[in-house]
Amino acid sequence: MKNASAFDWTLTGIVIAALVAGWIYDPRLGTVLSIWLGAWAVNAMIARGRGPLPRWLVPALFGVTLLVLWELVVRLFAVSPVILPAPSAIAARIAGSGPTLWADFVQTGLKGALTGWLIGCAAAVAAAIAVDRSPFLQRGLLPVGNFVAALPIVGIAPIMVMWFGFDWQSKAAVVVVMVFFPVLVNMVAGLKATDAMQRDQMATWHASYWQTLWKLRFPAALPFLFNGLKIATTLALIGAIVAEFFGSPIVGMGFRINASIGQLALDMIWAEIAVAAVAGSAFYGLVAQIEKRVTFWHPSQRRQ
Amino acid sequence: MNRVLPILTVVAAIVVLWYGAAVAMNRAWVLDQAARAGTEPPAFGQMVVATMTQERPVLPAPHQVVAELWKGVAGQAITSKRSLVYHGWITLSATLLGFAIGTAAGIALAVGIVHNRAMDMSVLPWAIASQTIPILAIAPMFIVVMNSMGVQGLVPKAIISAYLSFFPVVVGMVKGLRAPDAMQLDLLRTYNAGGAAVLGKLRLPASMPYLFASLKVGAAAALVGAIVGELPTGAVAGLGARLLSGSYYGQTIQIWAALFAAAIVAAGLVAVIGLVERVTLRRMGMAR
Repeated sequence: MKNASAFDWTLTGIVIAALVAGWIYDPRLGTVLSIWLGAWAVNAMIARGRGPLPRWLVPALFGVTLLVLWELVVRLFAVSPVILPAPSAIAARIAGSGPTLWADFVQTGLKGALTGWLIGCAAAVAAAIAVDRSPFLQRGLLPVGNFVAALPIVGIAPIMVMWFGFDWQSKAAVVVVMVFFPVLVNMVAGLKATDAMQRDQMATWHASYWQTLWKLRFPAALPFLFNGLKIATTLALIGAIVAEFFGSPIVGMGFRINASIGQLALDMIWAEIAVAAVAGSAFYGLVAQIEKRVTFWHPSQRRQ
Repeated sequence: MNRVLPILTVVAAIVVLWYGAAVAMNRAWVLDQAARAGTEPPAFGQMVVATMTQERPVLPAPHQVVAELWKGVAGQAITSKRSLVYHGWITLSATLLGFAIGTAAGIALAVGIVHNRAMDMSVLPWAIASQTIPILAIAPMFIVVMNSMGVQGLVPKAIISAYLSFFPVVVGMVKGLRAPDAMQLDLLRTYNAGGAAVLGKLRLPASMPYLFASLKVGAAAALVGAIVGELPTGAVAGLGARLLSGSYYGQTIQIWAALFAAAIVAAGLVAVIGLVERVTLRRMGMAR
């Protein structure tokens, strides 16, 4: 970074020019630009530092800056709340309609997504173990599973709504199909992860098929399995929300989003999206934590 | 043959299961009809025929779906509103436009992240975290808001597709651009290579396998985005609209045909990317 000074000076020039142009064109634009570039400069300074503090301070500051800018833009330019509500309005909505949001989360997140995720993942692991003894079936199932995993499976939502009714069962069914194939593919790959030496070792101990599976191959497959499970957490919430667009009882995150569009209650939609974001990251984080506990021996977990 | 036979077996098993399920699930309707007409329920042979010739079956038999698909693709002019080619193209064009925008923006941001420490530390954690968020939930609101601002048709759907394909490309490309090890970077430093030369001669070529892997994920996500983006405008055009109108009117065969059309589009996209990947990697000498 020693010969970057020329680049730095050009950058500074561009920044100052943009600021001046912004202030002349519209003082409001100038304010927004100043805050953004100021925060960026602070961030760049912190980022040069070492240690664990910048690791979380910089992204946090970036997120706060975005929120502040969002609020400022909405306030200064008087953006209509039916186009983009301010973060403060969304926060007020979240605080004001806690019970509704909680009921929606229970309906979509716990009943729809979580049930479907559990059933789908269990079925996929069972299927992977079932085809484990037949390399022929594995060779057939892997490409088909990979192919199906790339398909837009949310499209089966209308069919599932017809079969299982409007309530959470149809959402769980969509989620089951969505999570099944990624988990299956990863689990089948994981069951192959042991090498011949380890299997021979089990054979010299006269271990049965099930003992080998339980003591050696299942633990060895766990890193692969968790990879699939983590992909599935994201898919599960998406599946449950989108399936509600095709028909739902009068509760649920997808229903609330769809209904609020009709009323142009955008703050409610953003509140639901915020809940979905928190729920999605929390679910993913939980699975990642379990992974850390269970596969502590794996090189990818041992480095920290 | 060693690779095709197992796949064919699995596919054949799925088709057989499907036919069995179609008979089992459509049976109730046939029995109900017979009971209402006051006649004896039909014998097994007739029963099987009756379960596969219904207009609105609970589960259409595979050949019914294929027939509907064929009717939608070849049965009429491709400009017709009943043509699946017409609807498929509407969805595909939004997908492709969004995918192109999302990929270009994703690569650009990844290059920025790799070269700027502040950008790396502030943007990358959010990009990774955003992958665990069901972003798709924003799609209907976005479409309606754009609609109220007078922007309709292709562009809003393309933006959603771009947004969905953007993050996988960013995360994959950052990994790819950082794939060269310290030895290779040191070698370029001994050649006194600048940032642009390192990027063009080492980082970009090294990132190609990562790029194609994330392109496949991104293309699938972009298609889902375009389909979901077609839902809130009220079933006007596109494969998502076919799904929604089929679900309104109980036209199960139409839903399945639209679903298969979407699957074919997705498979086509992934196959094209896979082909480009094979050719590119072979020409670069990176093929395994």
